[in-house]
Amino acid sequence: MLLNQFLLLAAVLFCLGVYGVLARKNGILVLMSIELILNAVNINLVAFGSLTDDVGGSVFALFTIAVAAAEVGIGLAIVLLMYRNRRSIDLTEADLLKG
Amino acid sequence: MFASLAADAVSEISTVTNDANWFLENAWLIALLPAISFVLILFFGKKMPFKGAEFGITAVSISFVLAILTGVAWLDHRDNYELEKYGEEAVTVIDGADTATDTVSLAVAQLAAEGGEKVHPYVAVQKSTQWLQSGGIEFNAGIMVDGLSVMMLFVVTMISLLVHIYSTDYVGGDRRYTHFFAFLSLFTASMLFFVLSDNILQMIVGWELVGVCSFALIGHWWEEKPNSDAALKAFLTNRVGDVGLLVGMITLFFAAGGGKTFDTIKINEAVVQGGVSHTALVVAAACLTAAVMSKSGQFVLHTWLPDAMAGPTPVSALIHAATMVVAGIYMVARLYPVFWEGMQIEGSSINLLATVGAITVVGAGLLAFVQDDIKKVLAYSTVSQLGYMAMALGVGAWTAAVFHLFTHAFFKANLFLGSGSVAHAVHSFDMKNDMGGMRKFMPKTYVTFVIGSLALAGMFPLAGFWSKDEILVNTGGWDLLGGSGAAPGSYTFHFVMGMVGAALTAAYMTRCVYLTFHGEFRGGHHDDHAHDADPAHADDHADDHAHHGDPHESGPRILYPLYILSAFSILVGFVNFPPGFLTGSKKDPSGWQERFLHFIEPAGSSYFPAVGHATPSWSLAIVASLVAVLGAGFAFYYYFVRLDRLSKQQGVSLTGIPNGLTTTNAFARTGHKILVNKYYFDHLYTGIIAGFTKGPLARATNWVNQNVIDGMVDRVGQSAVSTGQMVYEKIDQGVVDGFVNGSGRVSDITGEELRHINSGRVQNYAAIMFAGAAILAGAFVILLAL
Repeated sequence: MLLNQFLLLAAVLFCLGVYGVLARKNGILVLMSIELILNAVNINLVAFGSLTDDVGGSVFALFTIAVAAAEVGIGLAIVLLMYRNRRSIDLTEADLLKG
Repeated sequence: MFASLAADAVSEISTVTNDANWFLENAWLIALLPAISFVLILFFGKKMPFKGAEFGITAVSISFVLAILTGVAWLDHRDNYELEKYGEEAVTVIDGADTATDTVSLAVAQLAAEGGEKVHPYVAVQKSTQWLQSGGIEFNAGIMVDGLSVMMLFVVTMISLLVHIYSTDYVGGDRRYTHFFAFLSLFTASMLFFVLSDNILQMIVGWELVGVCSFALIGHWWEEKPNSDAALKAFLTNRVGDVGLLVGMITLFFAAGGGKTFDTIKINEAVVQGGVSHTALVVAAACLTAAVMSKSGQFVLHTWLPDAMAGPTPVSALIHAATMVVAGIYMVARLYPVFWEGMQIEGSSINLLATVGAITVVGAGLLAFVQDDIKKVLAYSTVSQLGYMAMALGVGAWTAAVFHLFTHAFFKANLFLGSGSVAHAVHSFDMKNDMGGMRKFMPKTYVTFVIGSLALAGMFPLAGFWSKDEILVNTGGWDLLGGSGAAPGSYTFHFVMGMVGAALTAAYMTRCVYLTFHGEFRGGHHDDHAHDADPAHADDHADDHAHHGDPHESGPRILYPLYILSAFSILVGFVNFPPGFLTGSKKDPSGWQERFLHFIEPAGSSYFPAVGHATPSWSLAIVASLVAVLGAGFAFYYYFVRLDRLSKQQGVSLTGIPNGLTTTNAFARTGHKILVNKYYFDHLYTGIIAGFTKGPLARATNWVNQNVIDGMVDRVGQSAVSTGQMVYEKIDQGVVDGFVNGSGRVSDITGEELRHINSGRVQNYAAIMFAGAAILAGAFVILLAL
């Protein structure tokens, strides 16, 4: 089993996620892109864990999934409120913090 | 040898005990009762059936009984008390010659000196409790009971009781009747508190309390301006002397009390033992003399006392006989070692206290001649008699002074209450215009008044004779005619003044008796209603007197106090027969001689100097009596014979007769004028001192204030303003403000530049975050590779 195949997959997924976060206007798609980034990290954790025959990697991956679920819950609540207030989930319009 | 032993013993043993008869230990009750009565009268007096008088009379009566019992207890204590420390020695040693060693007690030394008789030392009773403690100094509150205070307790409570009873009639129906009794009680309580105090701090408190009460009572009828002025004058004049009192007491506290104790006995002991700087004692004695001058009405601070006659007559009696004015004499008697050492009374022939007293005796005696107001005659007489007491203390005649205080209290109270009785009948104090011939209307008052006058004039065998004679003999000024021996000093000047005073006293009292009680009745002329005498209304209430044609005798509540005081005026002189009188043997304990001296003077105690006593001289007693009779005789001839005849011949009342001497003799006229103007003391005080203070001094002060002090203040102010201006312009505006503005501007510019980063777009922030993370990751990798 070659480690670098998993690492490559993870790197591709990460780059797709970063692109999604930076480029998409839709708030939900940004959240989904964040999930991609997190899952890229999960792949790395599990891959390194099985390479070194250490269960700790899988454990951390499970924690990350749990944290990601919570994060998405909050993120979706924010998007919902944003929609309720502005009738839009376009992130480029949400610039009230402009200096 | 024994004298030196006694001196040694003094330094070791304090003749004080706190263990004695119940009455001696609890004498504070005597002062407490009138104080309680004061509070009760204030709160409940108006609601009581007798408007509060019953509280005062009850409290003072109980105090009087207690005072008598305390006195009896003291007599027993004085004769039978044995100092515990060396008690056995003191009574068992019969032949003291061989046992007398260096540590021998005072009592034993005395014993030996007396030739083996059993002698009991004079031991004062002191009870005190700690009031507070501060800085290592204990402030005690307590009582000191010895012969002097026991005597004063008796005098004060007795006179006060009689004055209370008298007042129920005299001020009956007054609008502030309850208030009057409240202050009578407080006055009595204050004086008793003062008399009982065992430390100088407490004495000051009592002294001032007495002053406040006198202010309230002199100004009792304050609606009339002269009365409230008189009250203020009394109070303010006393304040002058109070400064002396405070300075004197503070000096004593530091010099004799070592800055540690206020205790009267300890201070006195320190002075007797000679461990106190003479300079400090001179200062203390001089300052305390100033206090005596104001409180006891000595020249030149006596001016308040005659004006104090504005108060109701019972108050005058109380002030002049038992309280207030004798406070000064009592204070000197209590702190006698200070004066004895400070003024070097022994072996001298002049000192401040004696001279002030001597001048007062004659000065006030002369003033009493020109007064038309009967109470003012008595007031100046009091000043003069207080002069005798101060002079006696000054010449070293302690016992004579205290004895005179004792006898004077009774006959002066008698005279004041008598004058009040007359004034009550004629509604005036003016002898010349409203009295005369009162003998016919008030025979009982007349008899008591004459008895009081004879006692005051020092006629044998009434009270005044014994005490005055004792003062004169103790001046030691009788050496030119056979000698009086053993007197502390030889005060010839003071002796002469005392003699002159005796003649004056007899003469002005003769004048006073004549103008008041003899001749034709001159009153009633202001009675415009022209009501004829109506026997049916003779016993009407006092307010109706103005409608009567003739005055009438006073009621029993006025007369009985007069009877009692007259009896005392006759009898109290007998308590101190001179040695050799009546019986031959000297110091016979069962006899009547020198009982007063034995029980009252703390001779041989640790807190009293060794005062010598003059041997009484028959020749002096006879000459002094002759002088008094001569004075009375001249006055008698002038008034009773000459004026009486003239007024009958010319058919006019005595006020219409031109005064012979003053119209014909320029010298006499000048003298009369000076006397009428009271030696111009009031002019000096109000016109010159107060006037100078109000006029030139005030203007000068104002000028100094406007020009010098204001100039300085202005200068300081101006320089402060210019300095402030400079600081404002240069430092505040330039440095501080520049710094603040500069930092503000820097923040402003950086903020303006950095503002653009904050686009408000989430994705921009995310991009920056990723960029940062990427850079950090890059740096991490590079660092790791290195």
